[in-house]
Amino acid sequence: MNFRYALIFTASLFISAFSLQAQDHGSSHEQDHSALSHEEHGDHEGSCCGQEEHSTEYDPVSTVMHHIADANEFHIWKDVHMPLPCILYAPGQGWSFFMSSKFHHGTLALDGYVLNHGRVNRVADPSFPKGEQHIDGVCHEARMVLDAKGAETEKDFYFVCLDGKPYQLDPPSTLDGGVLGGGLTSFYDFSITKNVFAMILASILLILVFSAVRKGYARNEGKAPSGIQSFFEPFFLFVKDEVTLPMIGEKHYERFQPFIMTLFFFILFCNLLGLIPFFPGSANITGNLGVTLTLAVFAFIITNINGNKDYWEHIFWMPGIPAWVKFILTPIEILSVFIKPFALMIRLFANISAGHIIILSLIGLIFVFGQNGENIGGVFAGGIVGGLFTAFMNLIELLVAFLQAFIFAILTASYIGAAVEEHHHEEAHH
Amino acid sequence: MGAIGAGIAALGAGLGVGLIGSRAMEAIARQPEAVSLIQRNMILTAALVEGAALFGIVVGMLAK
Repeated sequence: MNFRYALIFTASLFISAFSLQAQDHGSSHEQDHSALSHEEHGDHEGSCCGQEEHSTEYDPVSTVMHHIADANEFHIWKDVHMPLPCILYAPGQGWSFFMSSKFHHGTLALDGYVLNHGRVNRVADPSFPKGEQHIDGVCHEARMVLDAKGAETEKDFYFVCLDGKPYQLDPPSTLDGGVLGGGLTSFYDFSITKNVFAMILASILLILVFSAVRKGYARNEGKAPSGIQSFFEPFFLFVKDEVTLPMIGEKHYERFQPFIMTLFFFILFCNLLGLIPFFPGSANITGNLGVTLTLAVFAFIITNINGNKDYWEHIFWMPGIPAWVKFILTPIEILSVFIKPFALMIRLFANISAGHIIILSLIGLIFVFGQNGENIGGVFAGGIVGGLFTAFMNLIELLVAFLQAFIFAILTASYIGAAVEEHHHEEAHH
Repeated sequence: MGAIGAGIAALGAGLGVGLIGSRAMEAIARQPEAVSLIQRNMILTAALVEGAALFGIVVGMLAK
């Protein structure tokens, strides 16, 4: 029964999305270049507020960064985009809800919101007219600005052109305090973005697969597993025998088994979905700091609320060592409580992002060698070299997808194991 | 500068993971029956070494 509801829900999601998409074909004059059109996203805006700055130069860095970034619409193929719901909040303006197809691929501004390279940006200027506005395009300018330390750095600014006048665009707010180039801006983006959509897809897949497995266990109680159950049983045994049992210990491991299994399978499904190079996959889910931050915060909370007296004693007042060493060790131990989940977050993010960047760079070789379509021999050379290396890297990434899910699970289990472990104090006094 | 720092961090991680791998291989050759235990600890230690290197790489990338 549940299975059927989930199927109907997924199917209706797809159907509604595509029927909404079907309205606006033919009007997509902006992106109608070639198969390459979206590879050269960095500089195909053409005229920017009257200035002609069109260049056919291929920019590998901005292409790669655009592909690993999150987006408010899901690019499928040439001009076909799957629209996603935008849920935006700006202080003073309130909430805005609409589908990203209403932007008509960035040629319309809605209530001051503009689609810039797949991401929703906002015009903070109050003189910008509200409602639906036809815009001339989005232009990009690099300017030198003074940063917090007083040093000059180059920063990218984007402007939207309306009737020949530029208005500055604000990116969505991020809670990184400006460390990664973000910070609080004039609006917040709570949309179902490409990453969120792919995460929902991974969750639905997990629910479907594991409800089938659960049924298998109910049906075959005391008998040999059958069907999809026998495919997943080695995974369950692996997580139990290699991760939770040795790391957390005989006494407590059953309590944490569900959490570790959820972490392992969610990360594994997200990693594998990200490796699929076409539509339902291709989102860089676990290569997004927000996603890995959330997973690491869960690990942090569950580790620390389960910490027993011994765990806290070893952090604040390590037994069995001279008092003066304790003054050095205690700050280090307190820091390590925070560094452990931070390392979990960075490790998963950096590994998955690096894999996506390498594959996209190898694909980019085709455009670099082929001088963006002008040199056919170069295209073939790049295609063969890049294609073979991409196939090789994809196999490595398959290993990394499993390995990173395993590492995240085993490290979380070892942190939890350290928190619930019972120490024998007579040993500490040697 | 940042890119050079990131490269040096990757060099350190390569050395560290290489040492772990070579010692693990020796250990497995000496005690083939402990292979699963050695493998698990090898991956765990390699992940910790890699974590330190990734800090270096991310900080290097941020420093420009």
